[in-house]
Amino acid sequence: MEPITQFKGVVAPLDRANVDTDAIIPKQFLKSIKRTGFGPNLFDEWRYMDQGEPGKDNSERPLNPDFVLNQPRYEGASVLLARRNFGCGSSREHAPWALLDFGFRVLVAPSFADIFYNNCTKNGILPVSLDEAIIEHLFQEVYETPGYTISVDLPNQVLETHFGDRHPFDIDAFRKHALVEGLDEIGLTLQHADEIRAYEARRRQSAPWLFAGGQ
Amino acid sequence: MAGKTLYDKLWQDHVVRENDDGTALLYIDRHLVHEVTSPQAFEGLRLAGRRPWRTSANLAVADHNVPTTDRSGGIKDPTSRLQVDTLDRNCDEFGIVEFGMGDPRQGIVHVIGPEQGATQPGMTVVCGDSHTSTHGAIGALAFGIGTSEVEHALATQTLIQAKSKRMLVRVDGKVGPGVTAKDIILGIIGHIGTAGGTGYAIEYGGEAIRDLSVEGRMTICNMSIEAGARCGMVAVDDRTIEFMRGRPFAPSGELWDQAVEYWRTLHSDDDAEFDRVVVLDAADIQPQVSWGTSPEMVAPVGGRVPDPAEESDPVKRTGMERALEYMDLRAGTPLSEVRPDKIFIGSCTNSRIEDLRAAAEVVRGRRVADTIKLAMVVPGSGLVKKQAEDEGLDRIFTEAGFEWREPGCSMCLAMNADRLEPGERCASTSNRNFEGRQGQGGRTHLVSPAMAAAAAVAGHFVDVRNI
Ligand code: SF4
Repeated sequence: MEPITQFKGVVAPLDRANVDTDAIIPKQFLKSIKRTGFGPNLFDEWRYMDQGEPGKDNSERPLNPDFVLNQPRYEGASVLLARRNFGCGSSREHAPWALLDFGFRVLVAPSFADIFYNNCTKNGILPVSLDEAIIEHLFQEVYETPGYTISVDLPNQVLETHFGDRHPFDIDAFRKHALVEGLDEIGLTLQHADEIRAYEARRRQSAPWLFAGGQ
Repeated sequence: MAGKTLYDKLWQDHVVRENDDGTALLYIDRHLVHEVTSPQAFEGLRLAGRRPWRTSANLAVADHNVPTTDRSGGIKDPTSRLQVDTLDRNCDEFGIVEFGMGDPRQGIVHVIGPEQGATQPGMTVVCGDSHTSTHGAIGALAFGIGTSEVEHALATQTLIQAKSKRMLVRVDGKVGPGVTAKDIILGIIGHIGTAGGTGYAIEYGGEAIRDLSVEGRMTICNMSIEAGARCGMVAVDDRTIEFMRGRPFAPSGELWDQAVEYWRTLHSDDDAEFDRVVVLDAADIQPQVSWGTSPEMVAPVGGRVPDPAEESDPVKRTGMERALEYMDLRAGTPLSEVRPDKIFIGSCTNSRIEDLRAAAEVVRGRRVADTIKLAMVVPGSGLVKKQAEDEGLDRIFTEAGFEWREPGCSMCLAMNADRLEPGERCASTSNRNFEGRQGQGGRTHLVSPAMAAAAAVAGHFVDVRNI
């Protein structure tokens, strides 16, 4: 995972509440057995006028000119501004994979769905939640200002707008640590292998039926 | 000191270690695996040269991509086939028990877990699937995870978790006739909203929940994620214990007695405190129909499509307008005038035997309306299918004009060939009415099995209590 500490990027506004992971990456693309290559199909149903299928040449497909990511002014955006409850629904990690593959590293919204939030932080995407009123203001500024950027300073937990307004944000210590360091969580957990074994030994005594099916 | 909630008890019994940053390393008793969210996790294991920590804690099944029609020719779509083959190969390589496509026990992962007794009260249960919350119905701590966590669970038998806040959703009193578990949970989501449970572990309680069968409680817990909560649960009672008895993976003999003794402790203490309590009156809950593109957009079947102009919150109003446009509905239209093109009875929410019985009860002796292009029943597992056939339910459905299919996720998410065409409208017993969920451009109305059956025979939504 690519660590993230300081980051600055152009903002694309996605003005919808309750954007679900089915919309972020529709099911037909979940048939891939890889982690990469989902970017061209990010928001597929909103982005293209025709029906997307795995293996189809996306460069030949008709684009929906109204969709925000197809508008030239937001080209190269790496910060996505969204509305409340972003990423609800299915637990598919393909959703953050698609956002990342497209180029998004920072998401800014009033709130995120739990599983999605967690999946983002495991893939080097920083979700920032801010007050609904601040988000509303950011939408206005983005609409009015071509080339609008946002920068984040994760160690200090501050988001800075294009015009220099600074908004502090919250993030759990462990998620912050993982994002800043880009850690191998499995490797870290396995450093506690003895404690896991000790737990299993205790549990085998107190709840033996849980281990009855072998091992 | 206040007593403990069920969630506190389940949590505490699984803490391997507390980390300095407020998280805990939580032991995982049961890991369920399906073909869509696991290939990258197995690949990760291989690349790191790791093996599953405890092979027997895993149970795998292919459900999302499998065809629901004749399977003798295998899977036609090459990408679906590759994903299912990949699961078979990974399970072979790592020695994980898998119910393959031809196995009579195959079915939707959240149906077969409890059916086999592979998920039990007091367990931590995870799966790379948000509807893992279903298993909370038997008093387990069960939640969905992403693929990185699937790999973590495989490799370490643990997950790093932060404890959630505790919410009690209490449904007091008794529901009226014709009101099912599905209506209760849709009513709850309509009440607290799709983000109402975000950050919480929900426990469902109250007389109306206690009165439900264990299957009905699964329908409730299943949709916790639609309320924003990663897990939902119901305390263990006599029904739970009777449900577990004699299941293939359930303990037996002396171990059974020991297990039952422990299971009986799995309820919130009388003086336990919750961070939030929501109380609903069961008598207020009517059969529900969703009208929009989010599970909170529901109304009683006797109601009308709401008017966005009456919504004061601008973000919600825009969402409603967009939903009505996508659903091709006008504000003020009675829901009973909405006519589905297709009927789907199935999914991990509503494909267990009692769901099929409830639908068959409505269908018996009637015919699917001529205007319905397709009505299908997709049992949740091979064993549910067999039991339904033993009870003659399949004939009731087929004689009425329904198609009787093989088990799987099917049109719940349309990863296989079962899907809506653009513009088609569906009465569906599944859990998500998102745009495009059942096929691009498709329009989903979430209902109970009895209500879906009623819509099938009437050709439009209708109060099941009136037919
Ligand atoms: S039936 Fe639907 S919701 Fe349930 S596991 Fe399958 S796809 Fe997911």
